Amino acid sequence: MSPGLSLRLDGVGFAYGETRMAFDLSVAASEMVAIMGPSGSGKTTMLNLIAGFETPTKGRILVGDRDVTADPPSDRPVSMIFQENNLFAHMDVFSNVALGRSPALRLSAEDRAATLDALTRVGLSGKEARLPRELSGGERQRAALARALVRRRPVLLMDEPFASLGPGLRAGMAELVGNLHRETGMTILVVTHSPEDALALAPRMVFIEAGRIVADGPTEDLLGQGGPEAVRAYVGESRSR
Amino acid sequence: MTRAGLLALGFIAILIGGAFAGLAVEAARDWSGAAGAFDVGMLRVARFTLLQATLSTVLSIAPAIFVARALSRHSSFPGRGMLLRLFAVPLGLPAIVAALGLLALYGRAGFVADLASAAGAGRWPGIYGLGGVLLAHVFFNLPLATRLLLAALETVPPDQWRLASQLGMRSGAVFRLIEWPTLRAAIPGVAALVFMLCVTSFTLVLTLGGGPAATTLEVAIYQSLRFDFEPARAVALTAVQIALTVAAVFALSRLGADMTGDANLPVAGRRPRAGNRGETFLNGVMIALAAAFVLAPMAAIVASGLQADLGRLATEPAVLKAAAQSLLFALIAALLSVLLSLSLAAMRQKLETARRGGRRSIVETLSGTGASLVLVVPPIVIGAGWFVLLRNTGGVFAVAPAMVVAVNAVMAMPFATRAIRPAHDAAATRNDRLCAQLGISGVARARLIDWPELRRPLATGFAFAMALSLGDLGVIALFGSDSVQTLPYLLYSRMGSYRTQDAAGLALLLGLLCLLLMWLAERLGRETP
Amino acid sequence: MRTTIPIFLATLALVSPATAADKLTVYTYESFTAEWGPGPIVEKAFEAECGCDVEFVSVADGVALLNRVRLEGASGRADVVLGLDTNLTREAADTGLFAPHGLSPTDLTVPGGWTDTTFLPFDYGYFAVVYDSEALKTPPASLKDLVEGDPEDKIVIQDPRTSTPGLGLVLWMKSVYGDKAGEAWGKLKDRVLTVTPGWSEAYGLFTKGEAPMVLSYTTSPAYHVIAEKTDRYKAAAFSEGHYMQIEVAGMTKKGAENPLSAKFLAFMIGPSFQNAIPETNWMFPAAKTSKPLNPAFDELVKPAKSLLFSPDEVAANRKAWVEEWTAAMSR
Repeated sequence: MSPGLSLRLDGVGFAYGETRMAFDLSVAASEMVAIMGPSGSGKTTMLNLIAGFETPTKGRILVGDRDVTADPPSDRPVSMIFQENNLFAHMDVFSNVALGRSPALRLSAEDRAATLDALTRVGLSGKEARLPRELSGGERQRAALARALVRRRPVLLMDEPFASLGPGLRAGMAELVGNLHRETGMTILVVTHSPEDALALAPRMVFIEAGRIVADGPTEDLLGQGGPEAVRAYVGESRSR
Repeated sequence: MTRAGLLALGFIAILIGGAFAGLAVEAARDWSGAAGAFDVGMLRVARFTLLQATLSTVLSIAPAIFVARALSRHSSFPGRGMLLRLFAVPLGLPAIVAALGLLALYGRAGFVADLASAAGAGRWPGIYGLGGVLLAHVFFNLPLATRLLLAALETVPPDQWRLASQLGMRSGAVFRLIEWPTLRAAIPGVAALVFMLCVTSFTLVLTLGGGPAATTLEVAIYQSLRFDFEPARAVALTAVQIALTVAAVFALSRLGADMTGDANLPVAGRRPRAGNRGETFLNGVMIALAAAFVLAPMAAIVASGLQADLGRLATEPAVLKAAAQSLLFALIAALLSVLLSLSLAAMRQKLETARRGGRRSIVETLSGTGASLVLVVPPIVIGAGWFVLLRNTGGVFAVAPAMVVAVNAVMAMPFATRAIRPAHDAAATRNDRLCAQLGISGVARARLIDWPELRRPLATGFAFAMALSLGDLGVIALFGSDSVQTLPYLLYSRMGSYRTQDAAGLALLLGLLCLLLMWLAERLGRETP
Repeated sequence: MRTTIPIFLATLALVSPATAADKLTVYTYESFTAEWGPGPIVEKAFEAECGCDVEFVSVADGVALLNRVRLEGASGRADVVLGLDTNLTREAADTGLFAPHGLSPTDLTVPGGWTDTTFLPFDYGYFAVVYDSEALKTPPASLKDLVEGDPEDKIVIQDPRTSTPGLGLVLWMKSVYGDKAGEAWGKLKDRVLTVTPGWSEAYGLFTKGEAPMVLSYTTSPAYHVIAEKTDRYKAAAFSEGHYMQIEVAGMTKKGAENPLSAKFLAFMIGPSFQNAIPETNWMFPAAKTSKPLNPAFDELVKPAKSLLFSPDEVAANRKAWVEEWTAAMSR
C-alpha cells in the first residue's frame, strides 16, 4: 500500500459569511491526528479545505512536497469519509467501492480483486451485492472505508465517521481504523466528538475553536487534568450532556 | 453543466427575443398602437384576467392540498395508480374537448340539467359566465396541482413518518409539523404554474365566459394580431401580461417558505400509515370527490367518442399519419424540453450552492422561476414575430414544424422542471462532493449516477412535456399548416367542417394516447431491480 | 440538444418540395385544402388541364391569409391568393400587391353582380340562424324576432374580434338596425348563451344541444341532409334579408408574370372548379356549374334580400362597429 505523506496547512485562510478562519498545521507522514472542537468551530471546514471542497482565500496546502491548493478534489492525494452520504443510494456495495478504482466503473480483473480484498478487510465480505439501504449504519461506514482503501491515497480524512454508531460498533470501527492505519501507513486526520475515540486512535490531538487551532499536542496531555482550559470546558460539557 | 444551462437560457432567449424583435421591426412603422393599448378597455380586461386567474388558482390549489394529502396517506389502494395516470390526461386535451366534456355534465343540456328538471327545479341555466370559466380551469388544474403536491409530499423522508408515529403525533400534528411545511415550500411554485396557465386561457374563457365581458389579455393580444395587424399593440399587451404575472408570482413567492429538504439517504422503507377510521373515511370521501370531478367529464368525452366510428377513424390514413406526426413532434419537443429543464436546474443549483446564502444573481433567478414566464408569452406572438423575421428567407415553409416543436418544448419546460428540479437538487446535494472526490464527471457521471437516480423524475417530466406538446398549434397560424397535420389539428379541422362525431372520436384517441404516454413514462422510470 | 435541432431541420430541408418549372403557388385557408375540402379535387382537375404543378399553402383562415400576404410583401411566393372575403378585399387591395384579374366573366351567379377588377368571387353564402327543429318549434322569422324573442331560447354566436361569422352578424345587425344596432345588441345580449372564438366551437355547442340556435350559414342544413340524412337542423329565414359572405381570389403582381395565374382564375369560375364547391365547401357556387346542385340545396332558405356592405364601408367602420358590439355586450 502507498505509505502516507506529510500534510501542511500554511496560513490557510477561509471566510464563510461573517466567520473568518485561519489554519496552520503540520502533520508528519503516516501520523494519525484526532481533531476535536465545538460544533461550528471549523473542523469540517478544515477537512473540506484539505480535500478541495472549499477554496482558501489565502495560504497554501501541501501534501508531501506538492502544493495542492488549486487542484480539484479528485486530483488530490486525499480521500475523505463524510458523516453521511458516502455511498450512492442506487448502487450496490461492490460498485460503490469499485468507484474508487475507476470513476467510470470500467474495471479490470485487478480492480475487482482489489475491491473484494478491501471489502474483506473491512468485514463486508459477502455483502457486495447489497444496496446501501440494506446495510446498517456501521456497515455503510465500513464500505466507505473500503473505498478509501482501494483509492490508495496517502492521506485519509474522516469527518466524525463513528458519530451515528453505537458504543460497541464504535469500538469495533476504531479498532478497524487503527489496524488499517498500521497496515497502510496512511496519514489520517479524524474529526471526533468523543474523547475515548481520540484516546484510542490518535497519539496526537488538535483542538479547534472559532476557526483557529487553539491547542495541539499529545492526546493524553490535552485530555488530561492539566490540559488547556478550552479543551477541559468542552470535554466536561460534552460529558455532562 | 453551467455551460449547458447557459445554452438553454440562450435558446429560450432567442425564441422569445426573436419573436419580440420581429414584431418590433414590424411595429417600428407605427408605434401608436402601443399607446392605444392602454385604455379603459384594457384595464377592464386586465382586471378580469387577474380575477379569474386568481380565483382559478385558489380553487385549484386549496382542494388539491387535501386530495394530495389524502393520496399520500393512502399509498396503496386499488385504482390509485390509474387515478394518478388519469389525472395527467386533461393536460393533453384541447380546450374545446374539455369544454364539451364539462358541458355534457353541467351544461344546459347536460346531466345536471336533466337532474334539475327531473326534480322539478326548473330550467338549469348552465355554467356560462365566470363560474364556468372557473369550473373548467379547476378541471384542468386540480389534477395537475394534486399530482405536483403529491410528488412534493413524497419527498418527505420516510424516517420522518416513522418518527411521527413513534412520537404518537395525531394527524393534525402530522399535517402541521411535517406535511404543511413541505407543502408550503411547494405551493408557490405550483400555484405560479396554475396561475400562468389560467392567465393565458383563451378558448375556455371565450367559450364558457358567456360574452366579451369575460375577456382575457390573451384574447386581446390575439385580437391585435388579427383583423388589424397591430404588432405594437400586441407587444404592449404581452408586456402587460408578463408584468402582471411577474407581480403575482412574486407575491406568491412571499407566501411560501424556503425549505431545504433532507437530502440524506432514506433509510426506512415505505411507511405504514394508517390513520384512524374517521380520518380514513374523510380521506376516502376527498379522493372520491376529486376523482368524480375529474373523471366524470372525461367519461363524457369517452361516451361521445364511442359514438364515433372508431374503427374507421383508427384505420384512416389521415388519422394514422396525424397520430404519427403528433407523436414525433411531441417526442422531439419533450426531449428538448427535458434537456432544457435539466440544464437549467443544474445551473440554478450550482449557482445557489456557490453563492452560499448571498444575494441571488439574475442568471440564477432566470434559470429558476424566470424561465417559466415563457408560459405567458402567447404562442401567436411567438409565431407572428418569427414569421416576420423569417418571411424573406424562403425558409418560412419549412419552419412551421420547427416552430411547433420549439414552442411546445419551451412551453412544456415549466412542467418538466416541476418534476425534475426537486429530485435533481436533492441528488446533487447528496452526490456532488462524492463525485468531485472520486473524479466522476461527464458521461460517466450521467451514466452511473444521474441517470439511475433521476430516471423516474425525468420520465415523469418527459411524459408531462409530451402530453402537453400534443396540444397547441396557435404558433403556426401564419406559417401554414401543410406540414403540421397533427391530431389536434385534425380534430379542429373535422369540427370545422361539421364532422363533430369524428372530432369526438379523435378526442378519445388523443386522451388514450395521453394515458399511454403516462403509462410508458412510469414503465421507463421504474427502477430496475 | 445541440444536435437535435440541426438534424431535425436537415430532415425538413429534405422533404420540402422541389421547385418545378411549371408551377403555380396558391395561398389559401386550411379548410379549403382539407382532405374533404375542394382543394384536392381542384388541384387534380387543374393539374390535368394545365399540365403543371399546383402547390397549395394553407394558413389558419382568411384573416391569417391577408396578414401573411401583407407581411410577406413583394417577397411572397403566392401567385394566387384564394379565400379572402369582401370584408377584407379593401385592405388587401391597399397593400398594392395585387394585379387586376383582366377577365370579364359573364356567367357569374353572385347576387348583386360583380364589378371588382382585382378580385374574382369563387363562392358565396348567407349567414343564418340555424336552429334545432326538435328543440325550437317556432323559430324567429326576422332579426327583430331574434332580438326581441324569449331570452330563455338561447343562441350561440361567435366573437367578431376573432371570427368571420362573428363579424358577419355584427354587419348584419348594422345593416338592419343602423344607428340603433348598439341598442339591439343590448337586447339580444340576454339571448346569447355564449360567444365562442370560432365557428367550430359554436357549432359544437349547438349540436350538443346546449342551445337551440347558432349563427351559421343557410347552407348548413344541406350538410346534415346530404351527409347525415337528417332534416332536424334548419336555417331560419329572416324577413329583413340575410347578410352575405362572398369569398374571392386574386392574383398577385408576382403571379401576374406567371401565365398559369390567369389560367387558374379563369378555371376557378369554370364548371370543374364550381362543381366541387357546394358539397365540399358547403357554399353556393359563384358561377355556373355543369350539373344541377344536389336537391338539398333547393330546399334551403332563399333570402328575401341580400345584404352586403361594400368593402370600403367595412374597412372604414369595422373597428368602430366591433367596439360598439363589445361595449353593448359587456354591459
